[in-house]
Amino acid sequence: MSEQFEPVIVGFLCNWCSYRAADLAGTSRIKYAPNMRAIRVMCSGRVDPQFVLKALREGADGVMIAGCHPGECHYVDGNIKTLRRFSLLKRLLDQWGIEPERVQLVWASASEGNILAAAVDRMTEQVRALGPLRWKETVWGDGYPSGNGHAPELAPAETPAAVEEV
Amino acid sequence: MKQYAYFPGCSLEKIALSYHLSAIETTRKLDVELKELDDWNCCGATAYFHVDELLAYTLCARNLAMAERVGLDLVAPCSGCYKNMYFTSAHLQRDPDLAEHVNFALEEDNLHFSGKTAVRHLIEVFVNEVGLDEIKSKVSHPLRDLRVIPYYGCQILRPRKDHENVEEPQFFEGLLSAIGADPVDYPHKLRCCGGSLIITNRLAALSMVRNLLQSAVDCEAAVIATACPMCQVNLECYQQQINQEFGTKFFMPVVYFTQLVGLSFGIPPKRLGIGSELVSATPVLSWIQKSKQEN
Amino acid sequence: MTEKVGVYVCHCGTNIAKTVDVVEVARWAEDQPNVEVARDNKFMCSSLGQAQIEEDIRERGLTRVVVASCSPHMHEKTFRAACEQAGLNPFLFEMANIREHDSWITEDRAAATLKAKALIKGAIERVVHHQPLEPVPVDINPSTMIVGGGIAGISAALELANAGYHVYLVEREPSIGGHMAQLDKTFPTLDCSACILTPRMVEVGQHPNITLLTWSEVEAVDGYLGNFTVSVRKKARFVDERYCTGCGICIEKCPHKVVDEIFEAGLGNRKVIYRPFPQAVPKYPVIDKEHCVYFLRGKCKACQIFCPTTPNSIDFDQQDEMLKLQVGNIILATGYDLFDSRRIPQYGYGRLANVFTSLEFERLVNAAGPTSGRIVLRDMQTQPNSIGIVHCVGSRDENYHVYCSKVCCMYSLKFAHLVHERIPGAEVYNFYIDMRTPGKGYEEFYHRLLDEETHFIRGKAAEVTDSARLPGEEGKLIIQVEDTLIGKQRRIPVDMVILSPAMEARYDSREVTKLFRMGCDFDGFFIERHPKLDPVATMTEGIYIAGACQGPKDIPDSVAQGAAASARVAGLISRGTVFMEPVRAHIDAEACSGCRICNSMCPYNAIIFHEDEKVSEVITALCQGCGTCVAACPSASITGAHFTNDQILSQIEGILWDVREPLAVPV
Repeated sequence: MSEQFEPVIVGFLCNWCSYRAADLAGTSRIKYAPNMRAIRVMCSGRVDPQFVLKALREGADGVMIAGCHPGECHYVDGNIKTLRRFSLLKRLLDQWGIEPERVQLVWASASEGNILAAAVDRMTEQVRALGPLRWKETVWGDGYPSGNGHAPELAPAETPAAVEEV
Repeated sequence: MKQYAYFPGCSLEKIALSYHLSAIETTRKLDVELKELDDWNCCGATAYFHVDELLAYTLCARNLAMAERVGLDLVAPCSGCYKNMYFTSAHLQRDPDLAEHVNFALEEDNLHFSGKTAVRHLIEVFVNEVGLDEIKSKVSHPLRDLRVIPYYGCQILRPRKDHENVEEPQFFEGLLSAIGADPVDYPHKLRCCGGSLIITNRLAALSMVRNLLQSAVDCEAAVIATACPMCQVNLECYQQQINQEFGTKFFMPVVYFTQLVGLSFGIPPKRLGIGSELVSATPVLSWIQKSKQEN
Repeated sequence: MTEKVGVYVCHCGTNIAKTVDVVEVARWAEDQPNVEVARDNKFMCSSLGQAQIEEDIRERGLTRVVVASCSPHMHEKTFRAACEQAGLNPFLFEMANIREHDSWITEDRAAATLKAKALIKGAIERVVHHQPLEPVPVDINPSTMIVGGGIAGISAALELANAGYHVYLVEREPSIGGHMAQLDKTFPTLDCSACILTPRMVEVGQHPNITLLTWSEVEAVDGYLGNFTVSVRKKARFVDERYCTGCGICIEKCPHKVVDEIFEAGLGNRKVIYRPFPQAVPKYPVIDKEHCVYFLRGKCKACQIFCPTTPNSIDFDQQDEMLKLQVGNIILATGYDLFDSRRIPQYGYGRLANVFTSLEFERLVNAAGPTSGRIVLRDMQTQPNSIGIVHCVGSRDENYHVYCSKVCCMYSLKFAHLVHERIPGAEVYNFYIDMRTPGKGYEEFYHRLLDEETHFIRGKAAEVTDSARLPGEEGKLIIQVEDTLIGKQRRIPVDMVILSPAMEARYDSREVTKLFRMGCDFDGFFIERHPKLDPVATMTEGIYIAGACQGPKDIPDSVAQGAAASARVAGLISRGTVFMEPVRAHIDAEACSGCRICNSMCPYNAIIFHEDEKVSEVITALCQGCGTCVAACPSASITGAHFTNDQILSQIEGILWDVREPLAVPV
């Protein structure tokens, strides 16, 4: 039993391809890192970027979004929309100081259990090398007051003068 | 004025001098400057890669690194040099381990290969970089449907790069049409000329050249245009031997495409190296600049 | 909110229990908020396991159920049914996959147990937010549309029509029959193709339950399973079907011929007013407007002049007719195109006169074809004495199509046989990579060809050239090939070369998939719902596929698929009403601001925009539940039933139960 850091990765797997790929990996008894905890969605297109951010904020060290290969989406092109959102999300994460390896997009069809397993293994090692995310320190940085869990106090906003009805 | 690092290779300044002269003349007319790469070395031709692959890569990489240092893309008029340099660049970019080895040697000369230099064949510069429209506009003496064979040879398109059409390319035909010639539909345009087989197994090579020439005659071509010194030499210089060996009567002029382009631009034939061939091209080409042509 | 969640942790024998400490997990689960009872059980899917769930629902008043066992793809239905039995809405149930995703993928007991807890906690947090859902009932219109009148479409149409259901059969060409009508003999029985096809065609033409719409194309498809509205353009034939008797005098008297590119594969001619072939169904001819002298210059009208019917059957003023048809299901049987052999210039098709494609050869060899069945060269006169047949043209080739086209070996053998039959003493060479003869009687057919002294050369032909090099090659086509069985290069001079090109998807198959809102693969073939277990359904409810449009196949398989698709449709029609999964999106009209971002997101065009109220709405029956619009909506006005934001966000919180508060950070 190693004392090394075990990253926790939340996976959003699409019902038709990648979730089935993960099932196949299990059925084939492929042994791979247990660090990815899967959440099933019908299509990777359902993955709202806020889910990714929520996962990271709630303590995940990484997020994997897995969908069908482009051209093979059960819902025609949901995965293409995922790809678009993911590209924009990456930019945002980069600005927040979150390393690109922590959020990954993987394509795996239902018959590619070994590919999904390999992707999980690979990502687990990459995130392990990066260490725990420590969302508060990374994203909030100095703006985060010591450990009380609340947002910093802002100066009270100027309330706009009441608009008079004409 | 677009500049290129010009890589003449071992033949252009000797046996293929006319290619060199006509290349310089025509590119100048097209506002392209071929700046000879300083201190260039041999590309290894066909033999070296089979003798010592690593050294052969290093040999080519040196040229690429020097071109990189002067910040210009490399242009090679010879298909063999082009192939060697193009694939050296491609392999080094794909294989970091190999690149490391090669760069280790290049360091001795304060050189470094990083893959930034593009490698072009001279005909590519005409067809892709300058463009056929531009060439057409400079034609003052169109070749008036002279039947010319667009002899690509084998190394200009093979091995295949990306998704180019290696079975039915048309760019050489396009160039010939742009200067007013009538490109012949030649079934052997991509066939090997025998290459260095002419030295190691002469009879086999002569037989191959014989087929090419016979087909050219069958197609009723007036002249063969080439884009490689090796091809030109093999096709032209051994016609007498072929005639002796096979009882044929070939007398087919073989010129470089740049010479034809130069003629169409009105450049005097002497400046294009015309008149120095073994199989005289003069009868076939002399009329081109005889009369004043209207554009 | 407080719910009473029942948590059931399955041992699955030792499958789960060997690695996950299921007893500990169940004990831990019972301590979790909202959990009323937590049990572990050897086999939850057994009747005992299910009975336990039902009992707890009734006795303990459970409002939610979580089963931690295998993949939902295995037993979600089972447990949902158990809940329903006990009176709990089946959608108030959630599964945690601690077998395929946990116990089977690791040997680390501690890690597996921790992960199991995380997955179960995620399920508990999620299920608390589940809402009861009811399946959506949909009435099925008993009429069916079949697009494509080839052998697959014809088979499908007859099955449904004979079952007593009404069918619209829509065909693009003037006659049904498809490619099969072009063939001469069919392998391996060497039945005459027309002889076995035409009785079926006639049956279709005369069937009271089939409305035949030839020279017609589908232009728009609206609606959903059971309720499609299809717009069909019935192109003008310029022949009035009410009066035309099919006598054919107009065709005889028409003074102008054109090359028949379609049916005769460019080898023969047809008149400008024509039937594609003599046994065409329906019998009404069609005027080719593009080449008709009347339409071009206002002259001629021979067909009208000689038409014997009263009133005259020729109607030059006839217009296209737009039909709007209501159907419940649609079967696509649109067939295939042949790979364009000009894409492989080394084989010389199009440049060398005596290189033929398979369809061209079929027409040559057909007794009703342009040469009355005589095998001749392109000059339409000279008989070849040696023929080379090149297999795998455009298939099994990384440069064109990687797939094997399944039928070409068989039809290449058929050609070899026909040559032996028609030109006794001819030398026939088949150039193949592998000999693929998998069907009934197919291998035996191959042996027959071996006995007929066909030369089989195992090697992919490198090129076909007319450039002679060796004695005996003058005036011939030379096939250069590496004979891999003897390890030598060979040059085989022949008089004629037949190429066996691959079956390809139709050139416009992508447009068709957009029209019908299903998918096609990278090669353009329509995608089936499951490659093994559901080859005739598509991912879109109500749309089915049959025949070569799904992938290269021979006639028996096309017929089988046509019948299978019909059986599926007949099943739905006989039920009358079907229930669709309620996992769909819904837009809260109050919250919607009319930004319309969702409109273009939907691959099923299931979201419409109301111009008057400036809000979008999801057409429930069309929605397939992917959730892409839900994720896209900037104001969260769209709810994805059973995959709501609350549910997923809660699941995220649950699944990260052990890392949520920064505990002692391990380094």
